[in-house]
Formats: sequence, structure tokens, C-alpha cells
Amino acid sequence: MEKTLKKDPAQKAGTAIAACLIAALYIFLILLDNVLPANSFTLMLIPVLKKGAIYSLICVSMNLLNGFTGLFSLGQAGFLLVGAYTYAIFSIPADQHAAVYQYFDGGAVGFSIPEALGKALGENAGNFLGAVVCIIIAGLVAAAFAALIGIPVLRLKSDYLAIATLGFAEIIRAIFQWNGLGPVTNGSNMLRKYTNFSAIKIGDIKLATAFPFFISMICIALIVLLIHSSYGRAFKAVRDDEVAAEAMGISLFKHKMLSFVISSFFAGVGGALLAMYQTTIQASAFKSAMTYEILLIVVIGGIGSVSGSCIASFLYIACNEWWLRFLDSGSFFGLSVPFFRDGFRKVVFSVLIMVIVLFFSRGIMGDRELSFAGLLRRHKKKAASGAEGGGQA
Amino acid sequence: MSAFIQAKLPYLLSGISVGGQYALIAIGYTMVYGILRLINFAHGDVFMVAGLLMVYLTTAMPMYLSIPLVVAVTVALGFTIERVAYKPLRSAPRMSVMISAIGVSYLLQNCALYFTGGLAQIYPAIPWLSDSVTIGGATTKIVTLVTPVLTVALVFALVLFIQKTKIGMAMRAVSRDFETSQLMGIKINSVISMTFVIGCFLAAVGSLLYFTNYPSVVPTSGAMPGLKAFVAAVFGGIGSIPGAVIGAFIIGICENIIKGLGSNWTVFSDAFTFVLLIIILLVKPTGIFGEKATDKV
Amino acid sequence: MSEKKPVLHVENITMQFGGVMAVNNLSLDVPEGQIIALIGPNGAGKTTAFNCITGVYEPTNGLVEFCGLPMVRNFPHGKMKKQYQGEFADKYAHDPVIKPSPDKITELGIARTFQNIRLWKSMTVFDNVLTAKHMRADQNVFSATFRTNAREEKRMREETEALLAEQDLLQYRDELATSLPYGLQRRLEIARALATSPKLLLLDEPAAGMNPQETAELAAFIQQIRQEYDLTIFLIEHHMDLVMQISDYIYVIDFGSEIARGVPQAIQNDQRVIDAYLGVSEE
Repeated sequence: MEKTLKKDPAQKAGTAIAACLIAALYIFLILLDNVLPANSFTLMLIPVLKKGAIYSLICVSMNLLNGFTGLFSLGQAGFLLVGAYTYAIFSIPADQHAAVYQYFDGGAVGFSIPEALGKALGENAGNFLGAVVCIIIAGLVAAAFAALIGIPVLRLKSDYLAIATLGFAEIIRAIFQWNGLGPVTNGSNMLRKYTNFSAIKIGDIKLATAFPFFISMICIALIVLLIHSSYGRAFKAVRDDEVAAEAMGISLFKHKMLSFVISSFFAGVGGALLAMYQTTIQASAFKSAMTYEILLIVVIGGIGSVSGSCIASFLYIACNEWWLRFLDSGSFFGLSVPFFRDGFRKVVFSVLIMVIVLFFSRGIMGDRELSFAGLLRRHKKKAASGAEGGGQA
Repeated sequence: MSAFIQAKLPYLLSGISVGGQYALIAIGYTMVYGILRLINFAHGDVFMVAGLLMVYLTTAMPMYLSIPLVVAVTVALGFTIERVAYKPLRSAPRMSVMISAIGVSYLLQNCALYFTGGLAQIYPAIPWLSDSVTIGGATTKIVTLVTPVLTVALVFALVLFIQKTKIGMAMRAVSRDFETSQLMGIKINSVISMTFVIGCFLAAVGSLLYFTNYPSVVPTSGAMPGLKAFVAAVFGGIGSIPGAVIGAFIIGICENIIKGLGSNWTVFSDAFTFVLLIIILLVKPTGIFGEKATDKV
Repeated sequence: MSEKKPVLHVENITMQFGGVMAVNNLSLDVPEGQIIALIGPNGAGKTTAFNCITGVYEPTNGLVEFCGLPMVRNFPHGKMKKQYQGEFADKYAHDPVIKPSPDKITELGIARTFQNIRLWKSMTVFDNVLTAKHMRADQNVFSATFRTNAREEKRMREETEALLAEQDLLQYRDELATSLPYGLQRRLEIARALATSPKLLLLDEPAAGMNPQETAELAAFIQQIRQEYDLTIFLIEHHMDLVMQISDYIYVIDFGSEIARGVPQAIQNDQRVIDAYLGVSEE
């Protein structure tokens, strides 16, 4: 995996396949938004794709911290909240402020970034670039929160760190719900009317589904680049053995802080995307249960595997929102099953999760990564030697 | 001045009462952490399940039967959770066990959601405990006065149990050194089961007292009290029973005083607990009564 | 001893845990280019002394100088002020406390190995050594992520490869560090320490758990790396054969205090040392 300096043929072929698949994916997503007819299938597929892409990023950001740096942090919901709110606050159109901040005299923020850019560049470009700018600001604000929180909490060890970050997430939630900050955060009321996915267009081409994929993919690619860099190796060293890492000149605080801030930046970006997806947000939704959900997805995918987190995110969202819906509906292929009613899906789900945690603790991918080069190599090996399989992907 | 006291007294009273209820939950956390070094995230949900059981059982049988049954089933639930979800992971990294605990918490909440259909369940009025009394011009339920007394009595009994009985001694030994106790022939699994049984028994009692003060039970009812009780355990010094009790009373009282400050501050009544947690972790990570553990290099 | 400033100068180091004096008023010098050993029975405080030098512990009192510059300095203060039972409580009280973290000390040029091998378990042999080069690399998190440090990365990889080749570990480069045999893990740990480009190498019981043949090989290996990397070596050891064979000078401690110092021949015949070790079998 680390021998990327000299490219072998499998590597080249793998890269080519991946590039083709990504191109095909984007063509499909754009077709899905613009050309393909809306039917019951696409109506289910589109939200799953959007939310899956967003959750992939959120889970990978958590994996960077928990899986690659070994910091068991449970503060993810707090950083999602910061990201979501920051995004929303800066992208509510000025003429909607009075309606949104109805209890706070129209609020304290008098401008909207997408709108301001829209005046200069035209509406579509303004929405697209404005959303991107707001997303970046959302990440930066979340990262700034993380930097402040990190100073006290990163000195703590394993479970104390977990409970302290969980505590900070709750404190953040309380602050955002506080009426004293109402002119900015709208207190405990929801934020709405900000730029969402349906406003993202280039010309007449709608990018509602392609956009979250685009942002997520760039962010995950950055995280992967980081993990495979010298800093990523230092993070893993901190995870494997703190004492040895420190003795080899790796500053624990600096690297833990880096990982925490970077993870929170991407969590903030994820939060912003989530806000775009949901079209309304409210701080009360960002409870610790949300962090637990993300953590469980990371576990299902495999702690320490980026591709595992992505696969698990799509599977989880698809099962939760689509494939296992029948469990809640009261019938199964026309047969009426009395205990299939509201909430049964979640019960089945949690049992599945417990089975994975107890019996397949490595999750789908363990700490390996899915790579086409690896698959190709394995395929060749199999073809050549017949019997000898295995080997890491 | 007296008008001020009259206005604030209910908050203080309910603070003491809630503190006692947190204390009963916190003991479960602190004992499990003392022995397994595990934050049992599912403990708050066991507490919630005890509340729901009470709701369902009282519709089917008289109160004098349902109360013992609630306690018995809760204890059985705690025992089962330990055997199924934690015991197989005894040699796994601590993070896996913590994840398993989060998984159990998720499972219990979702099961509760399924059985209740997401509707808040009205908690039955327990005779005598739910009656109203007036002290110092403030009206409250009898449970408010009973809780601190009962809590202190139960804690006293528990401390005696741990100090005087053989299994109590085994518990102390295991919490001091897991591996050595095992080598000395202490049956580790029965000690751990006992810990969960005691913890869940107290949580069940706590739930009877806690929910009497609230109109209803929802699937997430256990999450916040659970977290606060855990913070109380950390505050008092994790592994220390008196510490957990004192921490719980402090948190219960402070939280209600903040509620008494006015509606603008109510959002911070939960957050305050965590502020307290972070302060204690930074100033004295071992809590008020905790002992220092050092890593060997 | 040479006239030059010693690489490592330890002065009146005392480490007190509660009422226990783990290290009591230890002073020693490690001159440049030499191999100096610290020996003593089990529990004598050798590893504690090491941990004071490498910043894992903050000594209760005393001074450590590296190449003539103060690196660690402390005096009994706070709770320890009353509890302190050692000597020279006032000697350093007027100077500021210096307590760098272990990574800062490594950056100054002191690398160490551990008594119970502490390799990074999930990493390959190659990555273990490569990661130790992280500290000295000229890069930041952005240049590393966006690969603008490609030249630096290439240099690190080449140096790692060369280092592994010199240590005869190159054939294992893609194996997990923990899958190596015990002796090779020790050697890898030394290689990893060398990757931080140290001036001074601290070895914590490098021969622990080795058989006589492996020990003999290790002795040759230690002398060889001292030559090749222009190192000064300070080691803790139990194996008398090894210590007597390679050390230039030996300090003996028992119950935290120094009981003897001298060249190997003198130590071998020192009655106090023999007494301290009497009844203690040499593994």
C-alpha cells in the first residue's frame, strides 16, 4: 500500500478503473437529476444517495480521529451542529431574515453570502459559489471550536476524553439554543430558507445530487491524502503507542490537536451539507444519539478503514431509509405481519449492529482499504497460481 | 427574604430529591467502572426500561406485585446485558467494550421506541409517594422527602455489604487488580455479575423515585439522567461510592438552582453538568475521592 | 575522561514517588563517543533514571545537561516541598524549572529504546522506521497532504531504505513489525531510534530475553553502530557479560543511590557491587 512511489501496472489499471467509475457516477447523478423520470424508485434512490454521500464524509471524519489517531471522541454531533448552523446563518437570503428570525427582530446578520455573490456573478453562480464559500466557513468555524475545546480535553485519556467531548457537544448544543444568542442562532427555533441542494445549478443543469457527492468526494480525498502522508503515519504511531511516538519525537499534543481540528473541519463541512439536505435545522436534533449513530456506522465499516466507512454509510442509509422500510409497514410481500410496525426496523437494525459489534468486531473492511489495484492484483494472483488466494487489498 | 426562600425552596427541594435519584444511578456506573473500567452507556437506558416496565406492569397487576417485579426484571436485564454484550469482550480493547455498551443503549432505546410506538407513557401514581405535602410554604410530593433518606439508607447498606461480606471483599479486590484477583481464585464473572445486579437494583429503585416526579416515560428518558449520573460518578472520583453519592447531590442541586434562575437559563441546566465535568477533569481528573493511577513505561 | 563537555551530564537527580526514593541523588557523565553503562539489581531505579532523562518523568530535584546546555531542571516545590527527603533541596531552587516533553528531548538529539519493546504494532517494519523520520522532515500538514513535500518524502523513504539495509532488516520491510522474531524486534527498535538522527542513544536493557549467542551479536552490533553513526551510547543492562565487554565506564546503583563507579575491571572486583548482586542470579 505504501509502495506508491513506483507505479506497477495493477496500480495504473486500478487508477484508470476508478477514474472511469467516478466519471460514470457523475454522469449518472446528473442524468438522475435532469433526465430520468421521477418514479417511486428514483424518489427513494435520490435521498439515499445524497444522505449516503454526506454520512460518508461525516463517518470518515470521525474515523480519522477514532480509527487513525486512536482518540475516542464523542463530540461529533457538536461539530456537525456548529457546521450546520454556520452554513445556515450565512446563507439565509436577506429578505427572509424577518420571517426566519421572527422572534428576534430579523436577527443580527444582515447579509447572505450566496446572495451577495449572486449580485456580482448571476444567481446560479452565486448559489453554487456561495454554498461552497459557506461550507468552507462552516468547516473553519467548527475547526476553531475544536481548537478551543482541544486545548483542555486532549490531555485526557481514552474514556475520559470520550465523556469530556460528549460533554462539550452538549454544551455547544445548549449555547446554540440559548435565547441570549437568538439574534444569530435563532435560539431554540429552527433555521430555514437558506440555500439548499435544489438551488445548486449550472445553467439549466440541476446538480442537487451531484453536489453533495462532489463536496464529499473532495473532502474524503483530502483525508485519504492526509492519512497516507507523513502526518497520517504520525497519527497512526500515536494510536499504536503514545509513549513510543513521543519518544520518537512526535509531539502528542500537536498531532492530537491536528487530527482533532482537521476531523472537526470536515465534520463541520458534513454538518453544512446535512443542513442543505434537510432544508431546516434545529439544534435540538444534534443530540449524543447522533454521535452514537455515526460511531456505529464507523464500527460497521471497520475502524481504521476509509472505504469501509463509506460503504457502511451507504448501506446504513439505504437500509434505514429504503430497504428495511417494509419492516415498519406492517406487511411483507403482501402478507400482513402484525409485529412489522413503526419502529421494528430500528429494532432489527440495532440487533444487527450488536451482532456486528460482538461477532464481527472488525466490521466490513477491518482496517483494510478497497482498491481496484488490490483487486486486480489478487485476481491475477488467483489466475496465476489457482489456489493461493488472500493477501491484503 | 422569606419570599425569596419561599420562591426558591421548591428548586432546592427538588434538587436534593433529583440528586438522590442520580446517586442511585451513579452507583451503578461507578461500581462497573471500578471493576471493568467501562463506561456502561446502557445503564441510563436500563433505568428507562425500569420506568417503562412499571407503566406496563401496573396495568396488568396490583402495585404491590408490580414494584418487586419491576425490580426483579430490571436486575435480570442488567445481568443478561453483562453476560451477552460485555462478557465476550473481556479480553478485547476497552474501546470495543465501550462501543458494545453504546450498541446496547441504542438497542434498548429502539426496543422501547417500538413497544411504546413513540408515545409518551403516563407513569402510574404510586400510592403515598405521589401524595402532596407542604413544607415551608412549598408544595411538593412525598417522594421528594423520601428520596434522600432512602438513598442514604441504601448507600449505607451497600457500603456495609462491600466492607463486611465475602463477595464485597472480592469486589474490592477485583477493582484494585483485575488480573491478580483472578490468579488468587476469585470468581471474576460472579463478582462482575453481582456488580451489575446491585447497580441495576439501585437503578430500578431510582427509577421508581425519579419517574414519580415526572408525568411520563419516553424512550430517551434515560439518556440524560444516565449521563448526569455518570458525571456525578466522575466528579466524586470514579470507583468511589460515597464520592458518587456526593457528586450526584451536588449536580442535582446545582441543576435545579439554575432552573430556578429564570427561563433564559434553563437551557444550561443540562450543560452545566458538563461544565462541571470538564472543570473537574482538568483540575482533578481523579475526582474528589478518586485514587491516582499511573501508567508504567 | 576527556576535557570536552560530556554529551550528557546528570547532576543530583532525585526522583521521589510519595515517600519512596526511586532515584536518590544520582550524578553521572556520559562523554562523547563512549559507551557508558548503568547497572544495578532489579528495582534499583535504572529505568526511572532513564525516564527522568528522557522527559517521561519530571525529576523531583536535580539537573540534566545535554551538550553543556541545561535540558531538565527541577527543585522540590508544591506538595513535594514538605515531603522531600533528599539532598540539595535548595541547590536549583533559584533557577527556573525546565521540563521539556519527551518529543522535545528527542528533537535535541537523544533517542531511546524500551525495556518492553514498544514498536508500532499496526505498521510494517519500513513504516516504523519511516515514521520516526517524521520529526526531522521539513514539511507541514498542508505540504504533506498536498504532496508538495514530495522531494522530502522521497528523501525520507530513501534514507529509511538505506538504514534498513545497513541493519540487515531490508528483507522484512513489508512485514508487520510485531511479526518479527524477538531479537529482530530489538534491532528494529534500535534502527527506529537511529532514524531520529540522535547524538546520544539510550538503550533500556537491550539484551533482555536474549540467549548468549544473540547477546554476543548484540554486543558487536552496538559497537558497530557507535562507529557508523558517530554515537554516544548510554545503556541499562542486566547481562554482566555484555556490560563488561562493551562499556567504557560503569555506574552501579542500588536502591536508587550510586554504590560504585569505575572501569569494568574495577567494578568486577568491587566488594559493594558483589554484595549488591550476591544472591541475585544473573539471568
